[in-house]
Amino acid sequence: MALKIKDLRIYYQTLRGDVKAVDGISFQVKDGEIMGLAGESGCGKSTLSNALILLKPPMKYISGEVFLNDKKLPIDNYEAMRANRFRGVSIIPQYAMNALNPIRKLKQIISDLLEHHGESFVKMRDMIEERLKLVELDEKVLDLYPIELSGGMNQRMVMVISTLLNPSLLLADEITSALDVSSQKAVSKMIVEFRDRKIVRSVIFVTHDISILYQVADSIMIMYTGKQVERAPTETIVKNPLHPYTKLLISSLPEVGIKYSQAPLKGIPGRPPELLNPPEGCRFKDRCPVASEKCDEEPPLVEIEPGHQVACWKVGAIDD
Amino acid sequence: MGKYLRRKIIIYLLTFFFAVTIDWVIPRFMPGDPIRTLLSRAAMRTEAMDLLYNYYNKVFSLDLPLWKQYVNFWFSLFKGDLGTSVYLFPSPVFEVIKRAVPYDILLLVPAILLSWIAGNKFGAFAARKKRLDNTILPIWYVITATPYMWLGILLAWVFGVVLGIFPISGAYSFSMSPSLSWEFIWDYLKHWILPFGSLFIVQLGGWAIGMRNMIIYELESEYSRYMEAMGAPAKLIRKYAFRNAVLPQITGLALQLGVIVAGALATEVVFSYPGIGYLLLQGILNGDYFLIQGCFLFIILGVLIANFFIDIIYVIVDPRVRRGMSGETA
Amino acid sequence: MKFRKSEILFFALRNTKLRIGVFIVALFAFLAIFGPYFAKYEPQDFAGPGYNPPSGEYWLGTTTFGRDVFSQFVYGLRSTFLVGFVGGSIATFIGLFVGFLSGYKGGLADELLMMFTNIVLVIPTMALLIILAAYLKYRGVFLESVFIGFTAWPWTARAVRSQTLSLKTREFVNLARITGMKPLKIIVVEILPNMLSYVFMVFILQFGGAILTAATLDFIGLGPTQGISLGLMMQQAVLWNAIQLGMWWWAVPPGIAITAIVGAMYFMNTGLDEVFNPKLREM
Repeated sequence: MALKIKDLRIYYQTLRGDVKAVDGISFQVKDGEIMGLAGESGCGKSTLSNALILLKPPMKYISGEVFLNDKKLPIDNYEAMRANRFRGVSIIPQYAMNALNPIRKLKQIISDLLEHHGESFVKMRDMIEERLKLVELDEKVLDLYPIELSGGMNQRMVMVISTLLNPSLLLADEITSALDVSSQKAVSKMIVEFRDRKIVRSVIFVTHDISILYQVADSIMIMYTGKQVERAPTETIVKNPLHPYTKLLISSLPEVGIKYSQAPLKGIPGRPPELLNPPEGCRFKDRCPVASEKCDEEPPLVEIEPGHQVACWKVGAIDD
Repeated sequence: MGKYLRRKIIIYLLTFFFAVTIDWVIPRFMPGDPIRTLLSRAAMRTEAMDLLYNYYNKVFSLDLPLWKQYVNFWFSLFKGDLGTSVYLFPSPVFEVIKRAVPYDILLLVPAILLSWIAGNKFGAFAARKKRLDNTILPIWYVITATPYMWLGILLAWVFGVVLGIFPISGAYSFSMSPSLSWEFIWDYLKHWILPFGSLFIVQLGGWAIGMRNMIIYELESEYSRYMEAMGAPAKLIRKYAFRNAVLPQITGLALQLGVIVAGALATEVVFSYPGIGYLLLQGILNGDYFLIQGCFLFIILGVLIANFFIDIIYVIVDPRVRRGMSGETA
Repeated sequence: MKFRKSEILFFALRNTKLRIGVFIVALFAFLAIFGPYFAKYEPQDFAGPGYNPPSGEYWLGTTTFGRDVFSQFVYGLRSTFLVGFVGGSIATFIGLFVGFLSGYKGGLADELLMMFTNIVLVIPTMALLIILAAYLKYRGVFLESVFIGFTAWPWTARAVRSQTLSLKTREFVNLARITGMKPLKIIVVEILPNMLSYVFMVFILQFGGAILTAATLDFIGLGPTQGISLGLMMQQAVLWNAIQLGMWWWAVPPGIAITAIVGAMYFMNTGLDEVFNPKLREM
């Protein structure tokens, strides 16, 4: 089992109290699996992925355990985590287009980084050029400065750098959000290829765009206001979602070939509760079409069938 | 890069033109008859008066058309003739200023360079440790708020009068004359240390504060965060931050030159240090038009050249300018 | 950055730097306003025997000519504050105007204005002021402030221009433009409020800067031809060898006042930066 997370809680410290961004999450990612992590803005998915590699204030570790390759990952200990960064866990951050020092040549940035991890740029040069080919970058970029590349090229450069030492877990944080559709396709395919070539072992692909996950993810986990709501293989989530929230999410996606006049898009009315003082019980109950009194008690995450977990009292209650 | 330097040169030429024009315009358009007013201010000396009168006639005369006066002004400049000093008659102004320049250079160049380097290092260091930062930052604010001449006064009082360690006037003792002997050099240094000290300390505060702010800004940048996430050691991240933060400090140096010149003038007055500042003051007090003018032009030229020098350094150091990327930062 | 007024006030009242800064400035302002009522003499009056150190009779001692240093001090404070205020305001206003126009209009206007700004920037202020002041026979404090104001604005213009440029492209401005709001209204309603905090901080820096410049000018002998100021006090002290004679009470207090006021203003500025910029606030 590549990644195992048990009851993880990460809060944000603010003047008005703690924002419960990740509030009791448990899940597993298999070796070689690409897990999509989806949800609305503010549901905690970015917090989760960033906490797994760089937990610093205002993020606060509250409780929970993380195991990478069956070894405990000390995310709450900044110094101890250093040994795991880049080699064990790596990230393609949301700000990838600005993640490289503008006034340092790319080959120097790479060489500095490698040196501090005990590797030699010269020895790895050939492999680096191969990886560059994978992301459709010419090897000449190594002699350039990041400011001489476009945003997209910078992002792909970051993809290469982050995976240089073949990390066990790659966190891809909203890497397609700022791209046009064809670039989205190219980038998500690159991620799959990285996995297929064993450049990375497992991937957590964070996005709010389920249609992309449908193309690349093996399984999808849906989060809502800091809690897990459903987790299942991609086909199941898209074709047979069980949680009311997931159902509404999927049904609000446009379908190819169907015009608005035929079937207007449905949104989900209302807004998610704020994370400072989330309500008792199921957090979706105020927007849920099938909520009842039982929902004042928090539903546990239950494995309905192998590989499919849902947190809802009413599973099976909606027919769509 | 070419575009950047060309633009700078144009600005400097225009600035010089502008400054020289102002230098002519102000006395010319003062209320009243400029020649008479200027003459009445000059210390009385017949030979000097004649010279002055001749010159003024060419440049400010109410009889000649305006444009001709202006052109005459430029002509005499290009002849390299800055006139004869009234205050130090009959020395030509050029000689007088030439004698003063080395003292200024020996005072200003070390003060500026050393305070810049030390201030940057200090500021970067403080940006790391929060506790140190909180205690030392107010101190820097205070020293940068200190008027140069007042610090000079303080140093003169404490070290010169109360403790009696250092002399507080002149560049060397009256009994000595400039030579390359150890004796003279030692004496010179004793006279040099206090004016140097006041220039050094006040500037140090400013650089330290600036660098500290820049380092904090760079440490919070996205590229720093990415390096952190990739397990880079703090030292590497700091090294990157420092290199990036130094660039605006270089620009800042160019911007500060005018202020530093002012400070040097005031400091020279406090210590009766024979630099251009001191000459300027004497010129003003004695109505020595030529001397004031000469000093002014010298100062302008010096600042422009120094600015250009710094611009070149900046081009070498910042790849963005070399590739024609950056807009005006300097 | 849209704030609730109450939120700003909350942080402003709690910020230590701001509190200390305001306190010190207020202290000296108080002295400047009310001090002269306590002073027993006019600054240039003969008060008593000269060379006296501070005593019960002469709170800050007397000068070589027997003038009361305390009286000079409080009247000098007044002129210092005046210069700071007038000079600082003029510089802020010009800087705002040029920077804003340049940033908002762009194009040729921007190029020309920036070229002009750079020229004024490179010329050492002091040299220019020396030329200006050396040829004018009668100079008052007000005139001095005007000179300073007209030469200290370039850095403000550049800073305001970048602020304007960045605000101009923000979403809410574009939104206003799309909805057909008139340009003037956009400026007043959308852009200005966001820059208000910045303008305030700029003014504080200009205020402090004007005081320092004026003090140096006065010291060199290019200050007001009448009246008294802190810089003039120091000039007189040095001219009459106060240091060599050990008359520290004449030369040192004026400098303390300037350092304290300007330092306090810098403090206030940093504090204000923290108040207006949530990221800098300490949790």
